[in-house]
Amino acid sequence: MNNPKNKSSIKASTFKRLMHYTKPHIGYLIIALIFSIISVASMLYVPIVTGNAIDFIDELYLEHSQGLTINFNDLIPFLIKIVISSIIYGITQWLMNLLTNIASNKTIQDIREDAFHKMLYVPLSYIDHNSHGDIISRIINDVDYISTGLLQGFTQLFTGIITIIGTILFMLFTNIALTIVVVVLTPLSLFVASFIAKHIHKMYEAQGKAMGELTGIIEEYVGNEKIVKTFHQEQKGIDKFKEVNNELKKWGVKAQIYSAYTNPCTRFVNGIVYAAVGVIGAIVIFYNKDSSVVQFNKVLNYILFKSSFTVGALTCFLSYANQYTKPFNEISNVVNELQNAFTGAGRVFKLIDEESEIDLGKQSLDANGKVSLQNVSFSYFDNQTLIENFNLNIHPGERVAIVGPTGCGKTTLINLLMRFYDVKKGQILVDDIDITNLKRSELRKNYGMVLQDTWLFTGTVRENIAYGKPDATLEEIIKASKLAHCHNFIEKLPQGYDTMVSDNEAISQGQKQLLCIARIMLMIPPMLILDEATSSIDTLTEIQIQDAFQTMMKGRTSFIIAHRLSTIKNADIILVMNNGNIIEQGTHQELLKMHGFYYQLYNSQFEE
Amino acid sequence: MIKLAKYLKPYRVKAIIAPIFKLIEAIFELIVPIVMKMIIDKGITENLGIDYILKMGGILVLLSVVGLCSSLVCQTLASIVSQGYGTIVRNELFKHIQTFSHKEIDKFGSATLITRITNDVNQIQTGVAMLIRLVVRAPFLVIGATIMACTIHLKISLIFVCTALLLSIVIYFIMSRSVPYFKNVQNQLDVATTITSENLSGTRVIRAFSRQNTEEKRFNEACTSLNKASVNVGKISALLNPITYMIVNIAIVFILWFGGNEVVFNTTLTKGDIVALVNYMTQILLALLVLANLVVIFTKASASGYRINEIFDTKPSLSMGKDDIKENNEAVITFKNVSFSYNDNKLLDNKLALENINFEIYKGQTIGIIGATGSGKSTLVQLLSHLYDVTKGEILLYGKNIKEINNDELRNYIGIVPQKTVLFQGTIEENLRWRKEDATDEELWQALEIAQAKEFVQKYEKGLKEEVVAGGKNFSGGQKQRLTIARALVGNPHILIMDDSASALDFVTDAALRKAIKNDLSDMIVIIVSQRTSSIKNCDLILCLDDGKLVGKGTHQELLQSSEIYHKIYQSQFKEEGVNNE
Repeated sequence: MNNPKNKSSIKASTFKRLMHYTKPHIGYLIIALIFSIISVASMLYVPIVTGNAIDFIDELYLEHSQGLTINFNDLIPFLIKIVISSIIYGITQWLMNLLTNIASNKTIQDIREDAFHKMLYVPLSYIDHNSHGDIISRIINDVDYISTGLLQGFTQLFTGIITIIGTILFMLFTNIALTIVVVVLTPLSLFVASFIAKHIHKMYEAQGKAMGELTGIIEEYVGNEKIVKTFHQEQKGIDKFKEVNNELKKWGVKAQIYSAYTNPCTRFVNGIVYAAVGVIGAIVIFYNKDSSVVQFNKVLNYILFKSSFTVGALTCFLSYANQYTKPFNEISNVVNELQNAFTGAGRVFKLIDEESEIDLGKQSLDANGKVSLQNVSFSYFDNQTLIENFNLNIHPGERVAIVGPTGCGKTTLINLLMRFYDVKKGQILVDDIDITNLKRSELRKNYGMVLQDTWLFTGTVRENIAYGKPDATLEEIIKASKLAHCHNFIEKLPQGYDTMVSDNEAISQGQKQLLCIARIMLMIPPMLILDEATSSIDTLTEIQIQDAFQTMMKGRTSFIIAHRLSTIKNADIILVMNNGNIIEQGTHQELLKMHGFYYQLYNSQFEE
Repeated sequence: MIKLAKYLKPYRVKAIIAPIFKLIEAIFELIVPIVMKMIIDKGITENLGIDYILKMGGILVLLSVVGLCSSLVCQTLASIVSQGYGTIVRNELFKHIQTFSHKEIDKFGSATLITRITNDVNQIQTGVAMLIRLVVRAPFLVIGATIMACTIHLKISLIFVCTALLLSIVIYFIMSRSVPYFKNVQNQLDVATTITSENLSGTRVIRAFSRQNTEEKRFNEACTSLNKASVNVGKISALLNPITYMIVNIAIVFILWFGGNEVVFNTTLTKGDIVALVNYMTQILLALLVLANLVVIFTKASASGYRINEIFDTKPSLSMGKDDIKENNEAVITFKNVSFSYNDNKLLDNKLALENINFEIYKGQTIGIIGATGSGKSTLVQLLSHLYDVTKGEILLYGKNIKEINNDELRNYIGIVPQKTVLFQGTIEENLRWRKEDATDEELWQALEIAQAKEFVQKYEKGLKEEVVAGGKNFSGGQKQRLTIARALVGNPHILIMDDSASALDFVTDAALRKAIKNDLSDMIVIIVSQRTSSIKNCDLILCLDDGKLVGKGTHQELLQSSEIYHKIYQSQFKEEGVNNE
């Protein structure tokens, strides 16, 4: 699994995928690259003109000292060239940044949207079995890494390479020997940088791990602050936090020191190059003045002194030598960021590559409410048996109650009915149609579902109630709210139906549940699923809501899960589940007569 | 940002020494052009020869070596300082958050708190490192180069002064302009995060309603705004580099023009001087270009610093008492005219969560609290464990206001089983020892037995040492609830509060639990919050709440007579149960 070949092929495919996402915006990038070439060229041109200007000043000086008349204004063309090049550089540089920014933001928007899209259609098992924090960080943070690392990194890399090539060309044009000096010495900094990058990776990993642990502690202790408080465990949390935080510091310091060494090292190489250019350049000029001083062989003579070398040219070289290591520095930085980006991209693509729920069914459905399960087997994991060879026939309009001790698998049945999970064996039929032949949305729209875990999204109360029927009028919404007995408390909210709510808002669990019930009351679908739908609601309100449910359930097939047996004893059929199996089924009276599990369960309610 | 500087204190010395080394490096860097000027003027023009040139070259190399060494020292110190600083800020933040009452945590939301402790602290940590390493360098070089220019030619150095001023104005302007844009990007990112998180928690509902398309649209809109915000910020911050470059090059043009004039007509300058001056300008440019890249880091850091300060500036709203609990013969708990509102704003205070509550609880009593959803049951028990301060009236423990009692002591006195069942990462044993760290295994098993959890814990191979994963996800809801009950029982609290904590239990377990508590823990004050009359009807005192008001107080029989609401609740449950209890 972990051999390097595999890794590099993963990298290659990640890169291909990224290219695929960049393609629609490649125009921006190409133009950006063209601008980058222009800006590099104009940037490199400035030192040459400066050098020439210095030489020209020198000439003027000599002529002036010899008493010749000179026109100092002849210097102006040089200066204009510098100003124009600078302006061109400035504009192209800015445009290049702007275009890259646009391209990268568009690209990551596409990636992010695809990842989000996948999250909406991935089988539920993925969401149930993966940490939500992890999925969020894939969609948000990892995509950000792609933006900073890969796309902006890419232009930096490109600009860097162009600068290096451009510099070499400009230098060769001026003097071969000095060029060789620069070209031979500078890669030293690359060598240093790659050495550091290799060692730093391990530290970053350890640092990341500690950070993850730290987040876990915060999540636990802050998310459950009330419990922590009531058990006065604050100090324990602080100690635990400190411990992991110190571990984080240990690795953080190491990683940072290593990465911080890159810059001085390359600057040192830079200094050496500068000295070498200065000394050799000076010697060349000196030799040009008085060729008797040094003797070299013919070839060397040719290379060194082919072109006339002046102080101006030396200035130009020195400023190249100064700037030349900059792209190397940048490239080594980019390498770091690229690594982050690739890891991030790999993680996002892994999410995007998840199989979507299979939705091959084409048929639509307006259910009468006949539901049958035929030889159904199901388990969440392969090595586990949960529901086996289960049969059930429900006629339209029947009320099915599912009871059993905590964790007996009642919710599993709902997962199957709603096709949140697919059966392993057998089939589920609605109106005699195998539900796998239905579009998932068609199946689901026939069910109205209220779950124990209430869910509201950030939006107004009105929007939340109208979730299943966005075009509902306010009258309809109020009517549904009245049925769900939440109209009164909504009216009391600061902005009534237009009050913004979200999942962590200060309205109570029970009130949330009422809003969720109102949602269903508004839709009135042909079949109902109520999973502990009234668990957080007081009995008085519950009874009133039950009435509303009764009216609503009339003629509708419904599945009810409840702890309070009183709420379900009117059901047409009661399924008693234990350890994932249905162990008894029948009406309330039938089950009581059996003197079995249900009997026990029922009587325990009245035990004193 | 300045407020956060105090956490640098333990690293004060290092934080000062590090820039000094940076200064040394900068000084050596500034000597380089002078040496180069000597090579040109003395070595070449004055014909001092190759030996001289080589000697100067040696000096250049030496300068580089010394520069490297001092720079390495600076980098090392900067890393230690910034990481140490980040560690301290994280610790302090976490500690501060631990003092928050629920009001404050609710205000921020725990997701935000996590990002602030992790990401935001990382940002300011990077900011500190860069401040020491690079930011100090830039002004050093700019000022140093200007001073060096002065030594070469006073009049020409005016160009340097002007350039430095102009550059600082430009940098300030661009930085201050881009900060609000960066904040905007952060906000947009928060919106996208919220939507993602909502979609994960609500995935079943969204799919049940087949509303994926709307959700996608919502998310895509957020992404589009984020995209726009990011591009906007780029437009401004990307100006810095080109503008700096243009200014510096125009300055070079001035140097050539005025300097050239000096060289040619006044001979107060040499060729080498011009080269050195141009060199200094280039040095300024390079230092500032690095700074330009840092602008992003700093604007982010300052936005982060702002968010972190927001937490530090939030003072816990809860009063902190100091006194110990002294038992006496007075009522153990007294609620005296207690009113409470979650809303601090008195103007909006039309809705009280609790209104004028009065009751007394004596040793050994079992108390039942019943009432409709939102009637204030949970609020009442949370006030009792001093998670909030009362808005009006007072709560007394043995005649003493609980505001004056040490919170730790008070909470140790009370064992609470919260509505929300939460276990913490670790082992069963660790979770159970929360109230009493040195509890023996025997004590733990005893608590488990009462909580009806002994049986299933025994089944684990590791028994008490069975692992608990984050959030206790490896236990079922009922198992978790029983473990939280056991947790509250360990160390025999004087008051046990069960806040609707049998909701995930089936009736068999619930009944057995109540029986066990009654038999084994007769001295304890037990407060049961419930919606089922069957759970509380044998209590010594039942408090019936309705819409924040205490509408009934007495035994089951008394309340049936005196409280209409209690009667109604009882009827609603008993009627059905009774009819079928044939």
